[in-house]
Amino acid sequence: MSAMSNFAETVVPNADVEPVLSVRDLKTSFLTSKGWVEIVKGISFDIGPRETLAVVGESGSGKSVTALSIMRLLDPEMSRVDGSVKLAGRELLKLSPGEMRNIRGRQMGMIFQEAMTSLNPLQTVGQQIAEVLSIHGLYSGQAALKEAERLLDRVRIPGAASRLKDYPHSLSGGMRQRVMIAMALACKPKLLIADEPTTALDVTIQAQILQLIKQLQQEEGMGVLFITHDMGVVAEVADRTVVMLQGKAVEADSTEVIFERAENPYTRALIAAVPKLGQGSQKGPQHFPILDRKTGTIVTGRERPDTVRHDAEPVLRVKDLTKRFDIPGGLFSGPSGRVHAVEKVSFDLRAGETLSLVGESGCGKSTTGRAIMRLIEPQSGEVSIEGTDIRALDKERMRDMRRHIQMIFQDPYASLNPRINIGEAIAEPFLTHKLGTRQQAREKAMDLLERVGLSPDMASRFPAQFSGGQRQRICIARALSLEPKVIVADESVSALDVSIKAQVVNLMMDLQEQFGLSYLFISHDMAVVERISHQVAVMYLGEIVEKGPVAAVFGNPQHPYTKRLMAAVPVPDPARRKQLRPVSNDEVKSPIRPVDYVPPQRDYREISPGHIVQAWGDDWKV
Amino acid sequence: MSVIAEETPRVPPAEPGFFTKARKILLGRPETAFATGMIVVFIFIAIFAPVLAPYDPLAQSVIKINRLPSQENWLGTDQFGRDVLSRLIYGSRNSLLFGFISPVLAALFGTMLGVVAGYFGGIVDRLISRVIDLLLAFPELLLAILIAAVLGGGFWNIIAVITVAFIPGFARVARAQTLSVKQEPYVEAAIATGVRTPVIIVRHIIPNIMAPIVALMTLWVASAIRIEASLSFLGIGTRPPNPSWGNIIRDGLNSLFGSPWPIIGAGIAITLVVLSFNLVGDAIRDALDPSTAR
Repeated sequence: MSAMSNFAETVVPNADVEPVLSVRDLKTSFLTSKGWVEIVKGISFDIGPRETLAVVGESGSGKSVTALSIMRLLDPEMSRVDGSVKLAGRELLKLSPGEMRNIRGRQMGMIFQEAMTSLNPLQTVGQQIAEVLSIHGLYSGQAALKEAERLLDRVRIPGAASRLKDYPHSLSGGMRQRVMIAMALACKPKLLIADEPTTALDVTIQAQILQLIKQLQQEEGMGVLFITHDMGVVAEVADRTVVMLQGKAVEADSTEVIFERAENPYTRALIAAVPKLGQGSQKGPQHFPILDRKTGTIVTGRERPDTVRHDAEPVLRVKDLTKRFDIPGGLFSGPSGRVHAVEKVSFDLRAGETLSLVGESGCGKSTTGRAIMRLIEPQSGEVSIEGTDIRALDKERMRDMRRHIQMIFQDPYASLNPRINIGEAIAEPFLTHKLGTRQQAREKAMDLLERVGLSPDMASRFPAQFSGGQRQRICIARALSLEPKVIVADESVSALDVSIKAQVVNLMMDLQEQFGLSYLFISHDMAVVERISHQVAVMYLGEIVEKGPVAAVFGNPQHPYTKRLMAAVPVPDPARRKQLRPVSNDEVKSPIRPVDYVPPQRDYREISPGHIVQAWGDDWKV
Repeated sequence: MSVIAEETPRVPPAEPGFFTKARKILLGRPETAFATGMIVVFIFIAIFAPVLAPYDPLAQSVIKINRLPSQENWLGTDQFGRDVLSRLIYGSRNSLLFGFISPVLAALFGTMLGVVAGYFGGIVDRLISRVIDLLLAFPELLLAILIAAVLGGGFWNIIAVITVAFIPGFARVARAQTLSVKQEPYVEAAIATGVRTPVIIVRHIIPNIMAPIVALMTLWVASAIRIEASLSFLGIGTRPPNPSWGNIIRDGLNSLFGSPWPIIGAGIAITLVVLSFNLVGDAIRDALDPSTAR
């Protein structure tokens, strides 16, 4: 690896300024049952003041371990860290645990992915911030609380003074992450380490947090080490980028260079796999370009024919679907409120068509999918498959009807029974509906395994032996074993690494072509949605606010919420990084209503053929 | 340069087989290996009691009452002149049989009740749960004494007594596990493909809740042996003259100053077996639930 030696030069930001953090040849090993295993295999980089360095890689690349090694948060009995980590010239790896505690929080702030588990549920946020301040001896008592309020204000939490007395559970995910940032910044650290800080957040909230980190960095002049798997986020925040693969830095350079002319095939594959908004073609859904890792060339894939049966009746018709959940009150009183999870949702899905439901968490998109599957019983509305209203079917006939509509779930690790081998798992639906003999079921399972890109001789293996992407392929095979007409894919690719995601989406498109499948694709990922869908419906607080052909909705968004959603998607274009966008503090509102709430009558207007927008009320007036 | 994260079908590594795993659990730590060995020895003794016992455990002899250990009778004799060692050896049969049958039966019924309550919920759950709560309110031993006092002693009565006393524990665990497994997407996936409820319970729920139940079962083998001994000691367990470790102690108590060896022998046997099953049970629980592992 001659390239390694070059990194040291390319990663030095500015020779005149002393770097805040300087990492040289960092190696981390873990003690496993097979002895010491090296996870991080020699990483070097520098971070200057006001600079953001992104460490990017897929799961298992060692990026989080790198961060933990720098903070020395690994269990010293189970791990070994070699090399050199200098914070403002001071070697961290040689410090005693006591000295290190002083550095952490004081000179080095940290934020993590799970803001909820990082906060103590039994203390108010004010107490927790004040505690950080008093531990490091900066403020105490009332002064600490006063400072905490100022910090909450700095992270743009509205009404900071009243929020001090809130407990973590009463804050939303985005607000909690802001509190975490406030705590990390409490002692004005020189370095902020952010480990996937926005991964668990909705896209509009992610945009807010990223903006906030950028602004605070400018104001405080600190260096930021940003760990992420998302190339879009990298382009948004990072000055320089280190790409990690299997514990090694395969490429390190300024973010612009990485995006424009990355040399390493892995880096190029990562960038190629990032879905970019605004690349959807007028010709309907197209494959993701996949980089051939052997030759290093990008394979765009042949053009997909139009799979939609425009002439036929829709296979799935949903009309005025409504689902509300009661919030139980006391023992003898009625419900204390009601979650209007799905409110009069209507759409049609034709054979060979993909309709995507997009929206942020809590918008009711998953509930819609589950209500259509009758995994939960909707209150009212009509769901018909090829003209049969499935809501009117009794248990027995519903069971038969399930042949035609199948579901793929989000978590590939949990959607397969760990005690049943995958051959049997795929054959189970086939046998349940008595579509053939055991022998035929086995052959079917083998055939399907091959079709989803796995090998038939894996049929006797158990789910635990497969990776996430492979498991999702198995789930797809299981859904296909009944030859359904409609597949409801609920966040089916959201949990996958970006390159795997691209491959699974491509597979789904291929299968659509082969079997004439219709997909109801439920996702929060706008860029994937743009790739895969013919039609898109944007959901907000249980209602569809805008729907139509993808090109129309994404190309000419009308509803303010659609616009906000589009604007929040990270753009993998480093040139846009310098623009500071205004930070909005808007939260997604709650769909919890009083018991006697009557949803307003909605008007819709048609912008262009098929492109329908809900008339929005005063709350959207700017 | 090797490039990974590729989705070409790599051949996944084979999982260690059941026996490899079982061996690791049972023989992994020295104390567990000792306990496993102990259990094997006691089972061996129980099976081959007729071969190993030097005398008929019921044969009385007026001339050999309350003898101290000798060449002839290694652990001496009791107040009826019966050979204590032979009674201990035959007593292991009763004790172990009780020890195994009750927890297995309790696990069977308890799991069934728990799964039904957990899976169907609603009124069924409320009914089963309340009955279980009621049973749980009484200590096992007290409940066992109560029922034994009403029904009288005897092999099957005692089995029934201990089983009933153990059912709530298994039902509780099974119910809680079912509630969480029911939420798993693979169960939902099975519902979505139209799999019938009984099949879902048998194929998708029960295999996935068995681990803690097996661990509980092993731990309760020890309790069952202990409870049987207590009941026999109180005279409402195994009926004399049939030997059981509990009634050997009871008989020995009357002639404590003549020969303490019945009590010492039976006491050691009970201690060893109970300790061994507890150790093995702990090992299984640790292996199945990483959060409690050391």
